[in-house]
Amino acid sequence: MRQVFARPESLKDVQTHFCPGCNHGSIHRLVAEAMDEFGIRGETIGVASVGCSVFLYNYFDVDVIEAPHGRAPAVATGAKRARPDRIVFTYQGDGDLAAIGTSEIIHAANRGEAITVIFVNNTTYGMTGGQMAPTTMVGQKTSTSPSGRNQAKDGYPIRMAELLAQLEGVGFSARVAVNNPKNVIQAKRMIKTAFRYQVENKGFSFIEALAACPTNWGMNPLAANERVGDEMIPYFPLGVYRNTANL
Amino acid sequence: MSEKLFVKGNEAVAMAAIEAGCRYYFGYPITPQSDIPEYLSRGLPGLGGEFIQAESEIAAINMLLGASATGVRCMTSSSGPGISLKQEGISYMAGSELPGVIVDIMRAGPGLGGIDASQADYFQATRGGGHGGYRIIVLAPASVQEMYDLTMLAFDLSDIYRMPAMVLADSVIGQMKESVTANPRPATALPDKDWVVRGRGEGQPQRVVKSLYLGDGEMEAFHWKMHARYQELADRECRWEDLETGDADLIVTAFGSTARIARTAVAMAREAGMKVGLMRPITLFPFPKQAYAEFSRRCKRFLVIELSTGQMVDDVRLSVARDAEVDFYGRPPGAGSLPTPEELFGQIRKVYP
Ligand SMILES: Cc1ncc(C[n+]2csc(CCOP(=O)(O)OP(=O)(O)O)c2C)c(N)n1
Ligand code: SF4
Ligand SMILES: [Mg+2]
Repeated sequence: MRQVFARPESLKDVQTHFCPGCNHGSIHRLVAEAMDEFGIRGETIGVASVGCSVFLYNYFDVDVIEAPHGRAPAVATGAKRARPDRIVFTYQGDGDLAAIGTSEIIHAANRGEAITVIFVNNTTYGMTGGQMAPTTMVGQKTSTSPSGRNQAKDGYPIRMAELLAQLEGVGFSARVAVNNPKNVIQAKRMIKTAFRYQVENKGFSFIEALAACPTNWGMNPLAANERVGDEMIPYFPLGVYRNTANL
Repeated sequence: MSEKLFVKGNEAVAMAAIEAGCRYYFGYPITPQSDIPEYLSRGLPGLGGEFIQAESEIAAINMLLGASATGVRCMTSSSGPGISLKQEGISYMAGSELPGVIVDIMRAGPGLGGIDASQADYFQATRGGGHGGYRIIVLAPASVQEMYDLTMLAFDLSDIYRMPAMVLADSVIGQMKESVTANPRPATALPDKDWVVRGRGEGQPQRVVKSLYLGDGEMEAFHWKMHARYQELADRECRWEDLETGDADLIVTAFGSTARIARTAVAMAREAGMKVGLMRPITLFPFPKQAYAEFSRRCKRFLVIELSTGQMVDDVRLSVARDAEVDFYGRPPGAGSLPTPEELFGQIRKVYP
């Protein structure tokens, strides 16, 4: 009998703390699979951010530095400059990367730091209880936008993959989703490409992964998954926004 | 071999960092410390190191955190407004037990303040400065030579005690030129950095550098562990310079550039036949409490001089014997606030018993 599905080696054999239907788990898995396929687990340094993914080190079987909220790209810069022979990736939420850490991500990207950034956009601050994020959809109700995000007052959801694709320092920028098998396969390919950029020393790579947060959306996992396709993808289109090395 | 050079205080810091083996510097421009990044932007690349002008002091301190987590010697420098921005990162470094050197060439504040000499960041430096309750090593140079020597020491202490170390100077010392003996790096015995992230390799245990402690009792245990380490620091690493304190009826005490002016005033007092000594703390954390306690067994009068409305004076009061009297003379920072030796001599006369 042939085994067709197993836990990637880069993930530990533990239960996660993620809520049912949370996409952090699937995204962790895809990142781990990419690391396995390049055989880089032993040479990788992960940089954890502050958000529901703060326990990165409990799930990934790699060395990890925990960064202050939003600062992971700066921490990763320091680590990568000191150890250019290592694979350094950050894993950040949308509050972390697109609000408090906007400056750090833009400048790390603009310097073309040879790191890989996994950005999980679930349109909310998951860990702190579902407050409005810079990616919250217009009209979306959150615990701090009780009558829905009002673009006149709160501005519009930020499209980070497109924004960063404008920067000359960026090698690769793409947006993916994991809401159906086709998108998962596509996401896997993109995440692998992002790591390939680093493995082959082709520059800064960025993956925006659209994700469900059923708990803070007040939805069951199925409905949350559907929302990703029905509401998020139309506003946050999937695709490759920059690919300078044509990988 | 030791070279004799005539350089600015800030340049001495940069030279010492290179001699100490620091190859990674992250910073953001601010007066009066920009000579440090300027020097290192020329010096580090040729040595296989990295100089990054960060987008902010927040980014710079976090680059320091990341580099330090991989085990290399690294440094950042700034002044008032920038040091404030670094406090988040310093707190995380303290919480993650990461070494790293931070140079603060103090300028006047609060707010944008001004670029004149100040000692008003004494509290910020010696009380930790960021959130959560921690301390960092704080060294206070009073000459260009000490800018060199204490920067070197900061790297060693920081590595030994696994906590950030700050060189706390002011714009007078930073900008002044004096001759310096560029001593070679001392052969200090340093602990193995067996905690650094390096990519775990095959068959090696995972390493994590973090400050999150959620387990029952974990955080409390961390605080007591650090508390014990601070005590160890106090027992072993207090440094100060004292002058003519043996027979003194009054001990003048000041750190950094103020201590230089006080030294001249003390000489004037001695000339006038007054028994006055000088106590200059070199480590501000650990504060040389024991030394003050000893002095105060004999000498019952102290005069603290600072470029602020009084910060170190609190530590002096907490250190001396109960029956000792502590007077204070301060010139809050700003243009024209540096006291003259005559002015301090006047203060000595006023409080001399
Ligand atoms: C300086 C600072 N401000 C605020 C917080 C509180 N905080 C923790 S996680 C978080 C937001 C997390 O949201 P996101 O980055 O979107 O991650 P998610 O949990 O949604 O995956 C906030 C605001 C903090 N830890 N530090
Ligand atoms: S709160 Fe949201 S993001 Fe956090 S674990 Fe639960 S579902 Fe995932
Ligand atoms: Mg989020």
